[in-house]
Amino acid sequence: MKRRSFLQTLGTTLFAMSSWTRRAFPADRGPIRIGLLSPLTGVIAAGGRELVDGFNLYWEQIGRKAGGREIEVVVEDDASNPNTALQKARRLVEQREVHMLVGDILANTGLAVAEYVKGNGVPYFIPVIAADDLTQRKRIPNVIRIAGYSASQSTRPLADYALKKGVRKVITVSQDYTFGHEQCGGFCQVFSEGGGSVLQQFWHPLNTPDFSPYLPQIQALQPDAVFAMETGADGSRFIQQWANFGLKDKIQLFTSMNATDQSIIRTLGPEAEGVISAGHFCEGRDDPANKKFVADYEKAFGKLPSIYAFSHYSGAMWLAEAFKAVGGNVEDRPRFLEAVRKVKLSASPLGREVSLDKYGNPIYDIYIRKVVRRPDGKLWNSPIEVYPGVSQFWKYDPEQYMKQPSYSREFHGIKKA
Amino acid sequence: MRRSAAVFAVVAAALCVVPFVAPGYKTSLATEMLIFAVLAMSIDVLAGYAGRTSLGHGAIFGIAAYVVLYYVTVAGGHPWVGAMLGLLAATAAAVVFALLAIRTSGVYFLLITLALGMIVWGICLRWTSVTGGENGLRGSVRPEWVAGPVPFYYFVLAATALMSFALWRFVHSPFGLTLRGIRESESRMRALGYDVSLHLFIGFVVSGFFAGAAGVLYAFFNSFASPATVALAQSVAALLMVLVGGVGTLVGSFVGAVAIISLENFVSFHTERWPMVLGLVFIATMIFAPEGLLGRARLVLERRSA
Repeated sequence: MKRRSFLQTLGTTLFAMSSWTRRAFPADRGPIRIGLLSPLTGVIAAGGRELVDGFNLYWEQIGRKAGGREIEVVVEDDASNPNTALQKARRLVEQREVHMLVGDILANTGLAVAEYVKGNGVPYFIPVIAADDLTQRKRIPNVIRIAGYSASQSTRPLADYALKKGVRKVITVSQDYTFGHEQCGGFCQVFSEGGGSVLQQFWHPLNTPDFSPYLPQIQALQPDAVFAMETGADGSRFIQQWANFGLKDKIQLFTSMNATDQSIIRTLGPEAEGVISAGHFCEGRDDPANKKFVADYEKAFGKLPSIYAFSHYSGAMWLAEAFKAVGGNVEDRPRFLEAVRKVKLSASPLGREVSLDKYGNPIYDIYIRKVVRRPDGKLWNSPIEVYPGVSQFWKYDPEQYMKQPSYSREFHGIKKA
Repeated sequence: MRRSAAVFAVVAAALCVVPFVAPGYKTSLATEMLIFAVLAMSIDVLAGYAGRTSLGHGAIFGIAAYVVLYYVTVAGGHPWVGAMLGLLAATAAAVVFALLAIRTSGVYFLLITLALGMIVWGICLRWTSVTGGENGLRGSVRPEWVAGPVPFYYFVLAATALMSFALWRFVHSPFGLTLRGIRESESRMRALGYDVSLHLFIGFVVSGFFAGAAGVLYAFFNSFASPATVALAQSVAALLMVLVGGVGTLVGSFVGAVAIISLENFVSFHTERWPMVLGLVFIATMIFAPEGLLGRARLVLERRSA
């Protein structure tokens, strides 16, 4: 009897306290609800896990509060499948009433969600979805690439670097889908316009189990270098087979940033050493904010962060800035979106102050990165050169550039000699 | 008979009030259930009545969705014309599938339809200039007057009711009886003078037509089609709905669609290991209710009344 009355008193007290706090803060509008879509199952499930970890890590660090409101992250699995992604986006918006959507890794899942929010105006932020046209020819006002990148953005400086190193003949090997077409297109256009020639282009489907049909052909053509655009398991298979076929020390290998991402090289050994890529994230870069992020992440999860974790950690930072700017009032969508576009993010792992260009894509310093061993033996990407302030349009005039067709399997802007 | 009429009236009334008792997302979920129930029913016509289990119906379904989306978003045509073309394309695909598959039965039928479905998937994946490859086709293709979620729900409900009635008549017609005869014994049907191949062919094409109709509705509903829409997983999901609900009942398809889609949504909300939970549920169903949920319920009811 005593115990029950104690519980009753406790209950009433707690209830009274909660209603008191409600009254004490009249501005209490409940938490900001963020719907996070991530492929927790399916072909890219490992990356999906890191995406969620990276995103949550930042909110944990700042006490799950920004702009005077609590932050609530609702995670949904998109199953690496665009139809599921669409269904889950609907559920987050219509049932969980989230204020915004964030996430997805595979371009097809992101494009499906983008199409959905185009109709209802829900803000959707894409730190990883890189399809060029989302910030170029087919812009959607409420889809913003916070802390993200467009596919061809980082491969252009890589082509420039290759030319500077005296490379004149390349062969490209690339996954046969939009992300591959665009990354490869950026490289080929700058490379050929700078006087280089593209000897041959190989396109292979996603999840190619064996690259041996391509490697002897590469050897026979004697290029100065090879550009390989690979993501996921294809990346580690390609780098392994490249070494197994004895090409590693004969031909310089350049890759897209995803191919030497931590998600891949942490499972590889000496075969990955010396591979050169370009990206805005470089875990081995000596910069306080970057070092802190890498150390925090390593401490929390026991491994070096991948691009997925990095992008969503920075994306969370970006959102926190915007929440602050609007005083937590995310319900006023036009104002909130404007604030997101205006964010100037400094002291983030992204490097020096970062902001969006007029078309909604961030302008970054792009690092030419080489895979090297850290003192403790772990592989990581270390910067060897930096291209400051690279936009999605490289050195082209944006309006002029967008008149050329989007990159595809057929079009790479290759200049005929 | 009176009892089933009463049950029918209750279910119909319940379906009609869905947008009021479960507004918003749940209505769109109910819409999706109805669409998948149609797809599952089309498979059930073959699996339950003709004894031919198809793994190619997801592809036929997807072809219709692709055609609608392509015609409306890329070619800029009218949604209803697109719907007609989608149905036509699905039926045409069903004709081709049928010609190749009806010579076989059992596991061979399963494998041939599986292979045909994979071919469609491969084409959708690689023919980038038309299908958009991995990215798929997107765009709103819903006709103007059913644009809102509630009118669209009623539209799908009406279409589903109409198609269910048509399929029910079909399987209970003398022709439907010949399909059942073929399931029981092909040779005996042949001895009785029936053209077994022709009957199977017609059965397959009719079934394909309804799979296509589901695909058209899905295109309207989803505004999106990608290789995942035509993939094997799609066919398997629909087949599982049939199996869970009860093979050879038609109504079982509704039970299965409701059970699987709501389970998927409910479980994935609580754990990212939801595919595992679903798998366990399927195994449990196979062990404890191999005749499907509906078949099981019938058995229990019969035992009670006996």
